[in-house]
Amino acid sequence: MLAVLLVVAVVVPILNLVVPESSPWHVSTYTVTLLGKYLTYALLAVAVDLVWGYLGILSLGHAAFFGLGGYAMGMYLMRQIGDRGVYGHPVLPDFMVFLNWPELPWFWHGFDLFWFAALMAILVPGTLAFIFGYLAFRSRVTGVYLSIMTQALTYALMLAFFRNEMGFGGNNGLTDFKDILGFDLKSDATRIGLFLASAGALALGYLACRWIVTSRLGRVAVAIRDAEARTRFIGYRVDRVKLAIFTFSAMLAGVAGALYVPQVGIINPGEFSPLNSIELVIWVAIGGRATLYGAVIGAILVNYGKTYFTGAFPEAWLFALGALFVVVTLFLPKGIAGLVGMIRTWRRSRSPAGPRAEAAP
Amino acid sequence: MPLSPTSRSRRLPRLADLGLVYGFLILMWLPLGSLADEIDSALIDLSDRSFDVKQAAVEAIAIGGDPRAAGLFQALLAGDLYARKDDRRPVLVTPAPGGYRLTDAFHGSDLGEVERGAVKKITINNRMRNQLRTAIAALTLASPDPAIRLEAAQQMLGDADPMVIEAIREQLGREDDQRVRDYLDLSLALASLRDEDPAVRLASVETLAGSLYPESRNALSTLLNVESDPQVRVAAERALAATEQRLKLNAAAETLFFGLSLGSVLVLAAIGLAITFGVMGVINMAHGELIMIGAYTTYLVQQAMPGFLDYSLFVAIPAAFVVAGLLGILIERTVIRFLYGRPLETLLATFGISLILQQLVRTTISAQNVAVQNPSWMSGALQINPALALTYNRLYILFFSLIVFVALLLILKRTALGLQVRAVAQNRAMARSMGVRSARVDALTFGLGAGVAGVAGVALSQLTNVGPNMGQAYIIDSFMVVVFGGVGNLWGTLVAGLTLGVANKLMEPWAGAVLAKILVLVFIILFIQKRPRGLFPQRGRAADG
Amino acid sequence: MTPVEQLRESMRKDRQWSFMYSMLDLDLDVSQGVILYLEDVSVSFDGFKAINNLNFYVNAGELRCVIGPNGAGKTTMMDIITGKTRPDTGSAYFGRTIDLLRLSEPEIAALGVGRKFQKPTVFESHSVFENLELAMAGDKRVFPTLFARLGGEQRDRIHEVLGIIGLQEQTHREAGALSHGQKQWLEIGMLLMQDPHLLLVDEPVAGMTHQEMDRTAELLLSLEGKHSVVVVEHDMDFVRSIAKRVTVLHQGAVLAEGSMDEVQNDPRVVEVYLGE
Repeated sequence: MLAVLLVVAVVVPILNLVVPESSPWHVSTYTVTLLGKYLTYALLAVAVDLVWGYLGILSLGHAAFFGLGGYAMGMYLMRQIGDRGVYGHPVLPDFMVFLNWPELPWFWHGFDLFWFAALMAILVPGTLAFIFGYLAFRSRVTGVYLSIMTQALTYALMLAFFRNEMGFGGNNGLTDFKDILGFDLKSDATRIGLFLASAGALALGYLACRWIVTSRLGRVAVAIRDAEARTRFIGYRVDRVKLAIFTFSAMLAGVAGALYVPQVGIINPGEFSPLNSIELVIWVAIGGRATLYGAVIGAILVNYGKTYFTGAFPEAWLFALGALFVVVTLFLPKGIAGLVGMIRTWRRSRSPAGPRAEAAP
Repeated sequence: MPLSPTSRSRRLPRLADLGLVYGFLILMWLPLGSLADEIDSALIDLSDRSFDVKQAAVEAIAIGGDPRAAGLFQALLAGDLYARKDDRRPVLVTPAPGGYRLTDAFHGSDLGEVERGAVKKITINNRMRNQLRTAIAALTLASPDPAIRLEAAQQMLGDADPMVIEAIREQLGREDDQRVRDYLDLSLALASLRDEDPAVRLASVETLAGSLYPESRNALSTLLNVESDPQVRVAAERALAATEQRLKLNAAAETLFFGLSLGSVLVLAAIGLAITFGVMGVINMAHGELIMIGAYTTYLVQQAMPGFLDYSLFVAIPAAFVVAGLLGILIERTVIRFLYGRPLETLLATFGISLILQQLVRTTISAQNVAVQNPSWMSGALQINPALALTYNRLYILFFSLIVFVALLLILKRTALGLQVRAVAQNRAMARSMGVRSARVDALTFGLGAGVAGVAGVALSQLTNVGPNMGQAYIIDSFMVVVFGGVGNLWGTLVAGLTLGVANKLMEPWAGAVLAKILVLVFIILFIQKRPRGLFPQRGRAADG
Repeated sequence: MTPVEQLRESMRKDRQWSFMYSMLDLDLDVSQGVILYLEDVSVSFDGFKAINNLNFYVNAGELRCVIGPNGAGKTTMMDIITGKTRPDTGSAYFGRTIDLLRLSEPEIAALGVGRKFQKPTVFESHSVFENLELAMAGDKRVFPTLFARLGGEQRDRIHEVLGIIGLQEQTHREAGALSHGQKQWLEIGMLLMQDPHLLLVDEPVAGMTHQEMDRTAELLLSLEGKHSVVVVEHDMDFVRSIAKRVTVLHQGAVLAEGSMDEVQNDPRVVEVYLGE
């Protein structure tokens, strides 16, 4: 998996920069950015897979953590615009001038510093996940209830960010970014840089998750997924294990969001929509739960399909996505990775163990 | 006296410039023919140069008490009255190709087309304006139609013109419509607030205490600014406080009504979910889309029977139940039955179905919202008092949701199907060994839940926009209601839905609609931490997963 | 409790705050020879009294059998001891000093109370070896677990237990693929890995063959002395083969207690088992 990622990370920039545009092998900057976006989605999918595949928590709120990370980065990019906005105000972003805000709200301070924004892109989702998880796991909200609560969380955030009074640009969100760390966001080199940063973040995130799931803690997580009460009775603090992994996963999602925003150039409250959260669960389901590489494959595959379909047959995309949900849950409970596994075990001519889902509440 | 008392009361003049003349005219009631002559000459006088003559003419026409005079006066007041130059007849004009088409302003007869120069506008001055207003009020107050009298009484509120007061007193003597009487009484009380005699003012203040008409509150606070008599002042302050108090109560009642109305919508939307989620343990994310299908069924039914809008809902309700119910059974048979015991998988699969249904509606009907009409009996409002009106559509939907709730309760508690549903819900294996065909029960239960969603869609189509996305707006709220109430408990759903509706509306005035909604969501998230099984949890061994 | 009393209670010198428990390394005090005290315990579900004024003591090192008809409250009693269910009234002490009602399941488990469920629950997607590794006594907090490495000594211990439960051949098999009896054994093995002071064993021989039963009896008997064991079982032959002292539960309370013979000849017990 990492080898493939490494090859992609090396080859794509070369094909973009070195190979001349006339060559069929040339990769356009548009495609590089698109791939970079897919990689951030893949990182998000890895984060979801960590909690869903290994811990059994179906989070329908990971788009919230992704979005918060994105907003943190968006705020930095907004501050970087400086006085180049439409209204030319030295400090206030355009939408604040438009809404007659007298000064920068307190929570916007510090976001002119990249390190601070980057830290916040991790800490804000992490803190939210920690508080939410602390309350939920302590009182043993599990299964479907937890899923619905996470969905309510992202829904509430969406409603909140739609409000102009929140100070995050309301409906329109944050956009019109100019540059990042002094590099022009529209230049090819910056795009390549962001692509490489996404690949790097994905590699690191993947490694970190790999390390967690192969450690004893990872085995405890799977134990919790399969038999939560039993895990408790052999002495593990289930709530704390869940809290730690959930929070870590939210932070990863925040990183993914922070890398996503400079590449697509906009962040708005639509990112918090419950639909997004559920959609990214299906990436993981298609790729294969409880296999990290499956999550990556699923995210890239579905999003490639989305790009293709919405371009070629816009009407058909929701039909296809809907059908994908149904088909995968009915026929491919282990996803593509499971298909590979099934073929492998079939070759060894042993009956595959039936898919087991977590127990009903 | 040729007239019967009732017809006389209609024809009696309500206004006179001079009391003496007024009384005299009644005594000297002229035969109709000569009265008509008099009016005709007065009509001519309306276009006289002298305002005094004009005023006298108005007076003469008003005394005639002819209801047609009201229209004439209104036109005059609005500056729409013209006089034909050749015979000075008052006319109304409408632009025509060659100039104007004329209509007789009093008799209403068509007078053909003339050039623009053939007519002249009749001008009035301020004194005449007042005179006309009073005359119109008196004339309309005499109308045989209580609705017109009511409107006239409402327009006269607070008018202290002695002539108006006189007309009101007159009308009060024979008025039999209680609402008109109320307005007339109020009008008198408001007028006597300006009386010179403090005793009269005091009496009037007492009458106005607690009155919910906005005019009386305004009058009382105006009085407080100018009143010099200390006794009246104290009384007025007390009266104003009483009014404010009652207004507050009514505002609270209105909030409660809006809250219950929102709550009933939530209950309607959630109750089908309470069945599929609570009884079967199935997370049906397509529930919102089933509601949408119900709303679209209403739309299609209305399209199919254009002449019978008032009855369309009675067709739409069973139709929506059947359409959504069959769709539900189809979903259950093709997808959900393979996923029992795996709630998270049903969540994903049904979410996929919801996407397909949305796109289906977009492709086959339209991506835009469609216009579902309200039958006439759904529009309007029940006026409880001047400060409180309950709109019929919300009121009916409130009752409707209660009916649906009771019907479902009865189905689950009293019918064979209900018994089987509960048996399967409690112990599938045991129920099956007792001869319950669990597959059939599952399909019917899911169909029931889906059908109720369809019925909810009919109700929602009367309140909100109907479009492909409407289901999504309700799905999270519905889940919140079910989870808050306690899964598997219909009563919990009812209480939770109404509570959340009222809570939402209570918070709206100071938090705004969106923030109120967010606060409710946050509250439920916190509440579930404290009581993971909702308001009315199922306890005991069976509930421990 | 009045506010003054509350205050006095909270100022008591020997008061142990619940939030301190996890930090304290509580010592099990069995100086009176009793490891478990359940006194005047009652719990009801929706008006049904599952446990009704129960008094139950287990001596240190004792092997105790608990029998009783369905619904007698056997499993609920175990739930109370392990912290899964909180009683409405009464007290539960582990040794003389440790108040079980203040502790959560993992804390109780960490103090040395092990439990085997009625239905065998093992971690199905883990191998037999991993199941035992997870159960092993040790620091079970999040970060130590994340960095945990298996030492040679620990590996030896796992293999030793594998030997005891006879699953060496299955060491790397997925636990989900084991037979019912093997799962029962694996769960007992996990109990042994925890090295608990008190073992609560709920229906250990359900679904076992006679040979397996005999080996289970042998194993449980071998634990006697070192560990205290409470066995809940329906199979009377099995109970007879291991029991020295038997407690009969009925309607949430102790109906009779004594040797197997005494209990069997107790007319009340006979009535409960045969009379209905």
